[in-house]
Amino acid sequence: MERRDFLKSTIIAVAGAAVPMAALQLVNPKKVFAANPDLQWVFLVDTNKCVGCGMCVKACKAENEIPYEADVTRTWVERYVVTRDGKMLADSPKGARDGFTSQVIEQGEAGPVSPKPEDITKAFFVPKLCNQCDNPPCVQVCPVGATYKTPDGPVLIDRTWCIGCGYCVMGCPYGARFFHPKYHVADKCNFCYHRISNGMKTACVGACPFGARQIGNLKDPNDPVTKAIMEQRVGVLKSEYGTKPQAFYIGLSKEVC
Amino acid sequence: MLEHAHMLVHGQAWTTKEFFVLPNEYIYWAIQIVMYPYMTGLVAGAFVLSSLYHVFGIKQLKEIARFALVFSFALLPVAMMPLLLHLQQPFRGIEVMMTPHFTSAIAAFGIVFSTYATIVACELYFVYRKYFVETALALKNKPDKSAVDGIRQIIFSVLTLGVWDISEQAVARDHKAMGVLAGIGIPVACFLHGYAGFIFGSVKANALWMTPLMPVIFIMSAIVSGIALCLLVYIIVMETRKQLAKAKRRSRLHYGFQDEEHIRGVEDQEVKLATKALLYFMIAAISLELLDLIFRGYTAMKSWDVLRQVIYQRDFYKIFVLQYGVGNLVPFVLLLLPGLSVRRTFLISILVLFGVFMMRWNVVIGGQAFSLTFHGFMDYHFPVIPHNLETFKEGLGGVLCVAATPFILFYIFNKFMPVFIAEKESE
Amino acid sequence: MKNHVWRPLQVVIVLVALILVFRHFYVPKDFGIQDQGYMYGFHRLGNEKEWKAMKASYKFDGNEYCKGCHEDKVKSLMASPHKMIPCEDCHGPALDHPDNPPKLQIDRRRELCLRCHASLPYPTSGRHVIPGIDPFGHNPGIECVNCHNPHNVSLEGMK
Repeated sequence: MERRDFLKSTIIAVAGAAVPMAALQLVNPKKVFAANPDLQWVFLVDTNKCVGCGMCVKACKAENEIPYEADVTRTWVERYVVTRDGKMLADSPKGARDGFTSQVIEQGEAGPVSPKPEDITKAFFVPKLCNQCDNPPCVQVCPVGATYKTPDGPVLIDRTWCIGCGYCVMGCPYGARFFHPKYHVADKCNFCYHRISNGMKTACVGACPFGARQIGNLKDPNDPVTKAIMEQRVGVLKSEYGTKPQAFYIGLSKEVC
Repeated sequence: MLEHAHMLVHGQAWTTKEFFVLPNEYIYWAIQIVMYPYMTGLVAGAFVLSSLYHVFGIKQLKEIARFALVFSFALLPVAMMPLLLHLQQPFRGIEVMMTPHFTSAIAAFGIVFSTYATIVACELYFVYRKYFVETALALKNKPDKSAVDGIRQIIFSVLTLGVWDISEQAVARDHKAMGVLAGIGIPVACFLHGYAGFIFGSVKANALWMTPLMPVIFIMSAIVSGIALCLLVYIIVMETRKQLAKAKRRSRLHYGFQDEEHIRGVEDQEVKLATKALLYFMIAAISLELLDLIFRGYTAMKSWDVLRQVIYQRDFYKIFVLQYGVGNLVPFVLLLLPGLSVRRTFLISILVLFGVFMMRWNVVIGGQAFSLTFHGFMDYHFPVIPHNLETFKEGLGGVLCVAATPFILFYIFNKFMPVFIAEKESE
Repeated sequence: MKNHVWRPLQVVIVLVALILVFRHFYVPKDFGIQDQGYMYGFHRLGNEKEWKAMKASYKFDGNEYCKGCHEDKVKSLMASPHKMIPCEDCHGPALDHPDNPPKLQIDRRRELCLRCHASLPYPTSGRHVIPGIDPFGHNPGIECVNCHNPHNVSLEGMK
């Protein structure tokens, strides 16, 4: 086979592949990241206030059709217990949907652990949920465009289009995603988009008796949430992944995974 | 694990958790995701082997090349099966071709798979076109045609794609086209499997998967598995032919050669060349994998603590004994020992195929053996006995379906594109 | 293209054309690259409205909805240390109550109260300021509401 023929065939092959590519409307240089200039939802968690009652998880499940008995949840609370010897124990029994009613720390197949109260130097609760990242890796890896970022911030899932490959679930560094046990598509917290878009707060914010969870509009300088983020020392989870999470934490301790 | 048996979420049936694991974490990518890169690896490897003859004209590989091409085509639909068995919404699978989101490596599947299938189909067309025409004409002129003959005539006529010219000039053009396609096909075959490595290597959320080496490691080990598979099946086929020649029985498999000695001669030549290629690619594959491991240990990132426990403790047996030991070191030594026989090559091929399978297992399952918290572990309990559709699809049932299908397809394809026809009837 | 080797390519082109025709009918018209760009905004636009239109279950309006009929209970609650707990936390989502459902759940189990009141030895947590009991020591097996009134939790309010 001669080199010229080989090159000719290669060019034709590439050109032939370009036809279907063009038909799929790949890149429009005019359309770049366009956020809503008036509304950007952000979440604020105050770990000092969380008591681990789990009312948020219970409310979230009821509000968002996640079966109570299913071992997946859009939001959960983690317990961290640090003992005198420097060891850290953590658990989240059923995502804390029944709260934390026992000192016994669940460790799955490794068996439960009960540190002596006098050995505990530090213990706290950390509510977690989808961070609605500004650079969501879950959206990047969806092969069919079933999940996307809305102009006002939250990342949503199109239940009619998701093929259930699970790439987004693997792509989330925070473990926010799972397969819905009834609809058999990907699911995750969406800041109760149906509530916040109609003047209500998210179910977990409404349910929390202690104000550990708050939601606000980053574009409103008078919003107390915005003020807290701008003026207080707040942290985010796993910033090294470059996801730009939009859930901010007061009292984020080094142990938090 | 089976507490709420009435409402098990996907992955719960085969996952157990230890220490601190997040509530939504399960082993979502199970055995079918192990099978998928394994099958596409075999496809790519078989095609590369076939192309070594069609592109580079290595005449000694002629016999195995045709076989490798047809088998590569039989493996193609099988490469799609694990994905369909894995998807929670398999009937929406076509969306990957309808609205591909190319920022996702998986979206490449639609284009790459179709392109590759097209190339192999076209190449098979040019290889067998003369045979299609001759068979169709023979059936057309047959005096007493049965119903089956009528159907076969239609099928072969369609397969000619309306080109009935089998003059020497036309057949020469077929040969040229074959070479071109095989040449284009090699990079596409590499891409078919390289992108699978990219699927894992680009997931920054997974501490084990994320490395730029992943696509290259996958391609190298895919070629290794492809060569090993072709060696294996080729040896089986040639040995069967030899036995039949010994018994001096005329069979469909016996063609062109006079005696047992001549058959043995062909075998040795082809096998020796293929094992050399196997050796080189094995060296490449193992070097890259060890490089990745050494780097991880040396740089000791935050994830190293939990990864170390997975690699050197919990999965030690699967990684170092099964994959590196049985699947790499043993065949490596056997390849290097003097006096390489066909029988030894057979054993080497089996061990290598096993080793590559374990590599896929250790990457896919191993990457889910630790929690995102880096303070917990998950164990995979492969479903042997299915309890429902899910544990069948993602269990032994699904694996057997995927493993058996290429042979069933090969049997069917062989009826229209016979691999062992006499020399004068083909190409 | 006189050369017959182009025949398979012609077949492929026909197949691709058929696929594109199929795609025209299969993919919803509003599917495409929206304002967020191709990486983060490739989706079916109509889905956003569908999510916004989903019906809410909880009111969580500061117990205003409940006050309409249950004023005495709400007033009593607001005067007690339980004032920060929304009614729906314990009684479930209001939905269209009293039309649907006619009755909301009344969960009398210990487990509901233990969510906050199981004593946990965590002095550095907000849990510490909540009065708590040892679930196994303090009247195990008996419902808390047998003695304690959740809407009037002072010790004087005990039955």
